[in-house]
Amino acid sequence: MSTPVSTAAASAGALVDEAEHGSVDHLAGSRHDRRGRTRVDPIYYWFLIPTLALFTLTITVPAVLGIFYSFTNFIGFGDWQFTGFTNYIAVFSDPAILASYGFTFGFAIVTVLLVNVIAFLLAVGLTSRIKLKTPLRAVFVIPMVISGIVIAYVFNFLFSNSLPAFGAAAGIPWLSESILANPDLAWVSIVIVTAWQSIPATLLIYIAGLLSIPGEVYEAADIDGAGAARRLWSVTLPLVAGYVVINIIIGFKNYLNVYEVIVGLTNGGPGTATRSIAMTIFTGFTGGDYAYQMANATIFFIIAVAISVLQLRISRGRAAN
Amino acid sequence: MTQTAAKRNPASVPTTRSSDAAVATRAPRRRGRVGQERTNWSTLVILLLCALTVLLPLYVTISMSLKSTSQAVDGNAFSLPSPIDFSGFAQAWELTNFPVAFLISLFITAGTVVGTVILGALASYAIVRNWDHRLFRWSFFYLLTALFLPFPVVALPQIQLTGLVGLANPVGVIILKIMFELSFSILLFTAFLRSIPLELEESARIDGATTWQTFRRLIFPLLAPMSATVAIFAFLASWNDFMMPSLIIADSAQQTLPVVQSIFQTQFSNNYNVSFASYLMAMAPAIIVYLFTQRWVMEGVTQGAVKG
Repeated sequence: MSTPVSTAAASAGALVDEAEHGSVDHLAGSRHDRRGRTRVDPIYYWFLIPTLALFTLTITVPAVLGIFYSFTNFIGFGDWQFTGFTNYIAVFSDPAILASYGFTFGFAIVTVLLVNVIAFLLAVGLTSRIKLKTPLRAVFVIPMVISGIVIAYVFNFLFSNSLPAFGAAAGIPWLSESILANPDLAWVSIVIVTAWQSIPATLLIYIAGLLSIPGEVYEAADIDGAGAARRLWSVTLPLVAGYVVINIIIGFKNYLNVYEVIVGLTNGGPGTATRSIAMTIFTGFTGGDYAYQMANATIFFIIAVAISVLQLRISRGRAAN
Repeated sequence: MTQTAAKRNPASVPTTRSSDAAVATRAPRRRGRVGQERTNWSTLVILLLCALTVLLPLYVTISMSLKSTSQAVDGNAFSLPSPIDFSGFAQAWELTNFPVAFLISLFITAGTVVGTVILGALASYAIVRNWDHRLFRWSFFYLLTALFLPFPVVALPQIQLTGLVGLANPVGVIILKIMFELSFSILLFTAFLRSIPLELEESARIDGATTWQTFRRLIFPLLAPMSATVAIFAFLASWNDFMMPSLIIADSAQQTLPVVQSIFQTQFSNNYNVSFASYLMAMAPAIIVYLFTQRWVMEGVTQGAVKG
């Protein structure tokens, strides 16, 4: 019997496991030649090789090329020389880049917590016995299909016009000026818009998780006299723990790439207060810092891989349970 | 035969599990919960208030777009438009060159969706049916590596190379998008293909079907539910994308709908009715498509996300 929790764990790692174990089954169905080896119908190569070639040219070659250039002083065109780890050493002592890592990680942690708490509570509400369940669900999913940059422009207007007007009327001094122009508060606007946009996907995963809990579990909790809050904390939450883990990791990885919401709200400002890692990397193309920013990108890549490996380990561990 | 089918079952567990989840999404009422028999009014009220935070920005967008320039300039987001004035739409249509931007967005989205589904399905079929051959097995893991690769990491060399080979245009964006979406679609397709019993294919082959015919007439139609999920993800990733087209497409006349909206931040920043009319026209197509395909989108995202 599979526990509902392990559903969420069927991510890359778990599927890779399935793939390895599943191979025996497929052998049974393949055609064999006289020596018992399987033959490959040549058309299978046509199915796969063009895709492999395209993938290599568009993903692998640029990645290798980029990492290669990160060890040079290439500025995007013209001559270059090897400079060893100079770029990497410089990246680690560059206050602008360190600030962008600090901002991006802080932003990702706050956003992932906020999004998961709200999405989980909404999912609990949307799976309880209420009227208007279907239309409510449909409304909550709408932000998922709206372009991030466009909704950021809409919120930009609200943050620079409506919110200060409200702040002035309510007599709150720090709110009567646009928070987008406030170096200490601009990040809050980015958290709000990112959360607004990414709650739906998280919510849908939690709804799937909550619906996988058998009703009998709640019957048992009821017989034991558990109250609503107690039931949520001690029964529901542990049973969807797998979904929580997956949501947090997927969300965190996405938020580290934050870019368009920032472009639409603050464009990295005021000053460089809200400049993310992605924005810093992209300055490499206009600022003549190509090789330098590729060193930055390579470090970012290593971090992304480390998080993915963590994700695989967690989901494999859960799949094994 | 039955025995083989039973033995194959463990391999298909992930598919079965998440289709359970999908079924559950479809028919949540089946699950009665003791202690919650009566409608929970306080929960409903809280949820309705939360739904307002989703609808409020959309209301502001619609009402601002219907205002006259003189009314919109006061910056009051929540007032109703009076009189209702559609001239913002006409101006936005011209300023953004809406038909061109819309068609380019449509072209990129259609190309990405079709390309991801077809290339993903073909590659997955080849991989799953030849798993015991090293080339195919390794290709699976090789193509999955893009899952761990954020676009910003390879963006600079990709901008450089697309420029060199004349692909700094919508076609280049389609190719790159497909390649980034491919890993995820192969993950979904291979899991699904492993759950299709081989007996089905063998009977087709006994009837003399070639591998291509088997794929075209039998396997690809069977993959339809998974293709829908893959297509929804590819649609959402390409229609609304800003980062990749803004960096890859060199000619601003060939930009997509989300990217052309930036002109209202620089040149026409005080014509709020025009900019909001333009935002509305950029949002509307995806919202309309969503309203007609709600259940598919919700099931697809749930199924895809739970697996990926």
